[in-house]
Amino acid sequence: MKHAKFLNLFVATLVLSLGITGCKHKPKDTTPILGRTGQVGDGSKPFPSEAGTGTKIDDAQSVKPIDTTAGGIGQNVRFDPGSMNQDPGRFAANTVYFDFDRATIKPSETSKIDDVVKYLQGNPTHAMQIEGHCDERGTEQYNLSLGERRALAVREYLVTAGIQPDRVFTISYGEARPAESGHNEAAWSKNRRGAFVLLTPK
Amino acid sequence: MKHMTALRNTLLVLLTITSVGRAPAAEKLVVSGVADPSQLVPVSIEGYSGEALSVLRFDLEVAGCKITGAEEAVLRISGNNGPNLVGRVTDRNRASLLAKEYTGGSLRLQAHTFADDIVALLGRQGIARTKIAFKAEQGQNSEICVADYDGHNAILVTQDHTITRDPTWVPGRRVLYYTSYKAGNPDVYVHDLQSGTRRAFARYPGMNAGAVASPDGRRVALVLSKGGSPDIYVCDADGGNLRQLTRTREDESSPCWSPDGRTICFNSKSGGRAALYLISAEGGSMRRLRTDGAINCTEPDWSPDGKTIVFTANMGGFQICTVPAGGGSVTSLVAGEDPSWASNSRTVIFTRNRVKGRGVVSLLDVPTKQTKDIQQTSGSCSQPCWAR
Repeated sequence: MKHAKFLNLFVATLVLSLGITGCKHKPKDTTPILGRTGQVGDGSKPFPSEAGTGTKIDDAQSVKPIDTTAGGIGQNVRFDPGSMNQDPGRFAANTVYFDFDRATIKPSETSKIDDVVKYLQGNPTHAMQIEGHCDERGTEQYNLSLGERRALAVREYLVTAGIQPDRVFTISYGEARPAESGHNEAAWSKNRRGAFVLLTPK
Repeated sequence: MKHMTALRNTLLVLLTITSVGRAPAAEKLVVSGVADPSQLVPVSIEGYSGEALSVLRFDLEVAGCKITGAEEAVLRISGNNGPNLVGRVTDRNRASLLAKEYTGGSLRLQAHTFADDIVALLGRQGIARTKIAFKAEQGQNSEICVADYDGHNAILVTQDHTITRDPTWVPGRRVLYYTSYKAGNPDVYVHDLQSGTRRAFARYPGMNAGAVASPDGRRVALVLSKGGSPDIYVCDADGGNLRQLTRTREDESSPCWSPDGRTICFNSKSGGRAALYLISAEGGSMRRLRTDGAINCTEPDWSPDGKTIVFTANMGGFQICTVPAGGGSVTSLVAGEDPSWASNSRTVIFTRNRVKGRGVVSLLDVPTKQTKDIQQTSGSCSQPCWAR
């Protein structure tokens, strides 16, 4: 059974990031440190609680993977839709847009993500799901991976800025959920996006 | 499989001789009439009507024939629907090559069986009685559909009311892998069509997609992003022994297996542009598959005879292309995407017209480039996979 035990998963992520490059079958349960169960944080204490009083820059540095060619920052926790409310509207204005066939964050987009960073720092029990989307001009399996790569790029920005990895989830829709229909660049540019869905505890 | 067909052909000719008493020169004439594999084989059909006729015409056109008058035909097909379908095939000299009555099953099945027998006379493996799976759009959502290879007898095998996609068959079995968002995340399910039960196969954090069984069904290759980036993984059919094969910052997608189960061909963006790569199923370094003449290559599928990889190139429009399995020069076939081989290593099912229109699943005879759309009653369909 999976528990969203964010403190011990934070520690687990630290351990994983410090040079474990093999990828054998990992046990899915991690050792509980404080006996937490349930959703992101427990609502009564600042997230991530006993590790410190919120997210300091030092903590942020320590979650960076040592080997930057290893392909990004892993995810250890699944988002459980039953335990959290999803609000796609709250950060709709912060949607991050991408160039065609690219998953890199453009400088013009970073301030929108910085807003999300600040919000999450100030709301320790809240989490974020990032939807990755594509325009229609790629093949379907390729677009599913590209959409995921875009969501992961935004996630990586958040985590590098100090947000705990297990507060940020990704979901790719490929090209299946366009923001705008239309077969021209005006529509396509609106569809190549990473969209924020705010997650709050029920 | 090939010597079975030759054996069957020989038996047929022998049977014909026994029943009709003619000289066995007939089969050689047929073979020499199709010396150029890129040419359609002219055949004529007489005496059938309705569904029997439409099935015969469809199956033979898919097999690389064209329906002509008796004068030009290399094979003359005649018979009647009857209560049971009766089928006869003669060559240009009126020598009998086949005379049979087909009993049991539906009229469609009898006609498909006859078509397979006709195609066998040309030394080819018939695929008229095979099955396909594909994704059928349902408004904003999509479900998995299973049908006869020509699109008939289609049934939806999911009712998830969400996005379901990427169906693939376990070789030799009525079992599918596919991805569904039913649990709020793209997860891989394995679905036994015979028992009607399915279970979650891969539910890791992040994306779970592109699952495809090895030729012996014992392992599965799939795309997972839990490591921080969409990468190719392999595990056992029970989900154990998960091994990460690629470890790139860029995205990977659409793995497929070599028929000997040792190599995986897949798409990667790690070279800057979408291209095809090979990697041992045991792990190791990935190497680029040379595809001279094509760029932005995705969605490969490896022919069952091991010789050819078919894939989608994107050069101002999607194009179905083939390349020798060792890499080299690409042959461009028809406009379309997401190809899947039939067990005969000759016919390919693919999608055309998806962007800017309604996705249509279509069948391609690779040597002649002739295509036939499947019957499609629902709206946009895509991501076809041929059961092998």
